[in-house]
Amino acid sequence: MAEPAVLLNAALVVVAGWLAVGAAGLLRPHATALIARLLFPLGALGSIVLTAVGLAALSAPPATRILPIGLPDLPLHLRLDPLAAFFLFLLGSASTGISVFGAGYFRAGAGTSPGLLCLQYHVFLATMAMVLLADDAYAFMVAWESMALASYFLVTTQHRIGAIRGAGFLYLLLAHVGAIAILLCFGVLQGGSWQFTFDAMRGADLDATRATLAFALALLGFGAKAGLVPLHVWLPEAHPAAPSPVSALMSGVMLKTAAYGLLRVTLDLLPFPLWHWGAALLALGLFSALFGVIFAAVQTDMKRLLAYSSIENLGIVFAGSGLALLFHAERMPLPAALALAATLYHCLNHAMFKSLLFLATGSVLHATGERNLGRLGGLIRRMPWVAWTALVGTLAIAGLPPLNGFVSEWLLLQALLLTPEVPRPFMNMLVPLGASLLALTAALAAYVMVKFYGVIFLGQMREPALADAHDCGRLERLGLLWLALACVLLGLLPAPVLGLLDGVSAELLGASLVHPQASSVWKLVPLSAERASYSPLVFLLGIVALLGASALVATRVYRRRVRRAPPWDCGFPHQDARMQDTAEGFGQPIRHIFAPFFRMHRELPSPLDAVPQYRVTVEDRFWSLLYLPLARLVTRAARLVGGIQQGRIAVYLLYSFLTLLVLLVIVL
Amino acid sequence: MNAAAVLTQLFAVIVAVAAAPLFLGWVNVCRAWLQNRRAPPLAQPYRTIGKLLHKEAVLAHDVSPLFRFAPYAIFGSMATAAAIIPALGLDLPFARAADAIALVGLFATARVFAALAAMDTGTAFGTLGARREMMLGFLAEPALLMVFFTASLIAGSTELPVIAGTHQSHTLAVHPSLAFAAIAFLMVLLAENARIPVDNPSTHLELTMIHEAMVLEYSARHLALIEWAAALKLFNYACMGFALFLPWGVAVDLASPPVLAGALAVLAAKLLLAGAALALIETVNAKIRIFRAPEFLAFAFMLAVLGLLVRLLVQE
Repeated sequence: MAEPAVLLNAALVVVAGWLAVGAAGLLRPHATALIARLLFPLGALGSIVLTAVGLAALSAPPATRILPIGLPDLPLHLRLDPLAAFFLFLLGSASTGISVFGAGYFRAGAGTSPGLLCLQYHVFLATMAMVLLADDAYAFMVAWESMALASYFLVTTQHRIGAIRGAGFLYLLLAHVGAIAILLCFGVLQGGSWQFTFDAMRGADLDATRATLAFALALLGFGAKAGLVPLHVWLPEAHPAAPSPVSALMSGVMLKTAAYGLLRVTLDLLPFPLWHWGAALLALGLFSALFGVIFAAVQTDMKRLLAYSSIENLGIVFAGSGLALLFHAERMPLPAALALAATLYHCLNHAMFKSLLFLATGSVLHATGERNLGRLGGLIRRMPWVAWTALVGTLAIAGLPPLNGFVSEWLLLQALLLTPEVPRPFMNMLVPLGASLLALTAALAAYVMVKFYGVIFLGQMREPALADAHDCGRLERLGLLWLALACVLLGLLPAPVLGLLDGVSAELLGASLVHPQASSVWKLVPLSAERASYSPLVFLLGIVALLGASALVATRVYRRRVRRAPPWDCGFPHQDARMQDTAEGFGQPIRHIFAPFFRMHRELPSPLDAVPQYRVTVEDRFWSLLYLPLARLVTRAARLVGGIQQGRIAVYLLYSFLTLLVLLVIVL
Repeated sequence: MNAAAVLTQLFAVIVAVAAAPLFLGWVNVCRAWLQNRRAPPLAQPYRTIGKLLHKEAVLAHDVSPLFRFAPYAIFGSMATAAAIIPALGLDLPFARAADAIALVGLFATARVFAALAAMDTGTAFGTLGARREMMLGFLAEPALLMVFFTASLIAGSTELPVIAGTHQSHTLAVHPSLAFAAIAFLMVLLAENARIPVDNPSTHLELTMIHEAMVLEYSARHLALIEWAAALKLFNYACMGFALFLPWGVAVDLASPPVLAGALAVLAAKLLLAGAALALIETVNAKIRIFRAPEFLAFAFMLAVLGLLVRLLVQE
């Protein structure tokens, strides 16, 4: 076991290495081959090291370090504890696959030059690591803002396209609103001591009102980063705009820094937990999850669909942390540890399968130049590598056993089943309703993913040009395989993963989930064997055995050859690719059932039209109900303020004089 | 885990796989009687499967390997589900590997594979069926999960054998929450097994099809496995209903032959009654329009959630 201080130093070396790799990209900004063959693999190497560091630090005691960088008298305080270690592990393991994929993916084209992209990409990685390592408010805010800026530049890689600049601006705006809230949150947390190290905040003396204020600000700030409804509007715009490896990084990893920040503030920095924070978080998270998945179901752009699905998954993460907080506030350490483990597990899972799917959309985009689901289809025959690895991600994100998405869902449902034991009469009844919402969300996620996979990869090609689509390159395959393997392993070996998470719950909640007598490598027993257990390996073995037996019997009994023929389709002879269900068609039941969620415009053709056209647009109600009025208000206020602008110097002197007078009156 | 337990486990799976078409045949016979038709032979489903196994398989030109793999995946999932559900005995070593939530996940896996395979053919009816099946699925799945949660809150466990065992031991305690759950479960059973009023298993009208539209492109051994899996699914749902609401007669330990024979006899009696009841439901109801099916299932979902709330309000 390595010394904790050594681990922290190793993490810092990786951060420095990433910055150096990024800077090296600037030296030869147009040497695409050099950047792809050397710099991105070097970055991936750093990710692997960081994965190992995170893994080792998960069970190590915390290490701290003060770096004399920055303003005088304001050194950077750094700390590597199990919570940070877990998220470093997540960052490292996901970015390994993404960087390897990126090595094959980025190529010279319109927009930012590869060298600059390399710099932005690696600065983005480094700042995310610094967010996790920061141990004082200054270091945290500097890293947080640099992370937002680096990702902003990455989003606007194709800055010649107006819509992408708009998406980037919206992202920057919400990132800053969130950052201000986080800054204010730290201001409340210091509790009058004016010490901004996290250590001082832990000891600060806060009353319930101030603590609640700090919680609300943290919720606003980190919620804006995580895309919590109603602060989600930037996410479906910014994620599709970015190049696919960046979308993967933003969705898979950057959103998790918001989860990290929320857990850090609520379970670590705030002096005590209150149950209504947990309840609020749970309600907001569940609403976000349902909202995200419903909107994902009606999208027709594959990356927007995935972005909405990220809103759903982060909603689940927030709901899980709310549940952990609720149990923690009610002094129920074991259920709290279970909910926390489910939350962290879901963070890790989402990092893997969402990155995988975003990368797959990147390969599809490169091969076909098409993001619109209405012009894709049948790609499993042209791009088998992408299609089969994406199938793993699809089944995992749909929450199907024995892959990883199911494990975190299972853990969270088990935690929700413990809520009737909460000694608060109202809560213990409302929370099972949460279980029903979670179940609905999970089932809808399967619907969304069948749509996503079926429309892109299965069926007939909707455009003739798709027949020329090529499979992805070798490095891209490697990146996809890494993430697909992670999905499988996280699904099959939940008990060791849960053992790793134990350090985090011991640190934050003082509770341990691991029962040495009940759990083993292949069996997951979160509370007691009587209550629930899940052994994915045995489960998989059972399915495979029965599947194999049925295949054996069927092929033994069956003695004839297989004949190929055109599809039957009930004998209808003139079928073409346009008769398949489109993405819109697949969204129709959702539009029908969840109509109140949407603002829909429909143009139906009349029977007399020579060229009948059908058009439907689905919009987010939050735009018209919240954002547009807000924007109008800001414009109006700006115009009012603009009224005092006369353009004559005498008037401005008058203003200064009046201000001086007012100040004098106040002072005297 | 001893050899006897493994053998009984294996026996339970074999009984389920072998008896499932018989149960389907019995439902069909009862339906015919109730509808004044001449009944098909009880063994008709076996004959159908046997016939299909000896026909030439036809595959559409450009289907992917996923299409050929899906029938095995569906059948494997259903057979695995049979290993988890305590139909004959409570002592199932495999049931420790997966609880009720995993069982719901297993059904979802089968459904997703069926839908993906249907989309793989790229035909109008296949994709239409896939969409409809997934639509019913996302409404039925949470309802089923809520039914399980109601039962597992009573038992304090999500393991099906433990739930069945607990319900067995309070023979006279009537749980009002279980009444809600039972109605919801029945509605989910009808929807998930493509029965009237949601879908019609013997329909020949493509536009109203749900399950049948999905499997239109399958033939021969693939279709045989899918038909068999459908029968097995119905059998599994019936056994799940027994485990939750009528657990009496399920043996605690299947080791001795008389106990085994007793458990088999009780299961056969329950299935006889359940098949007749299902046929009656299908006869007295009319098929609802597809647009009304979400309302039907939303009602089931609401009932299941109400059951959960009743459970918490009354604290039986």
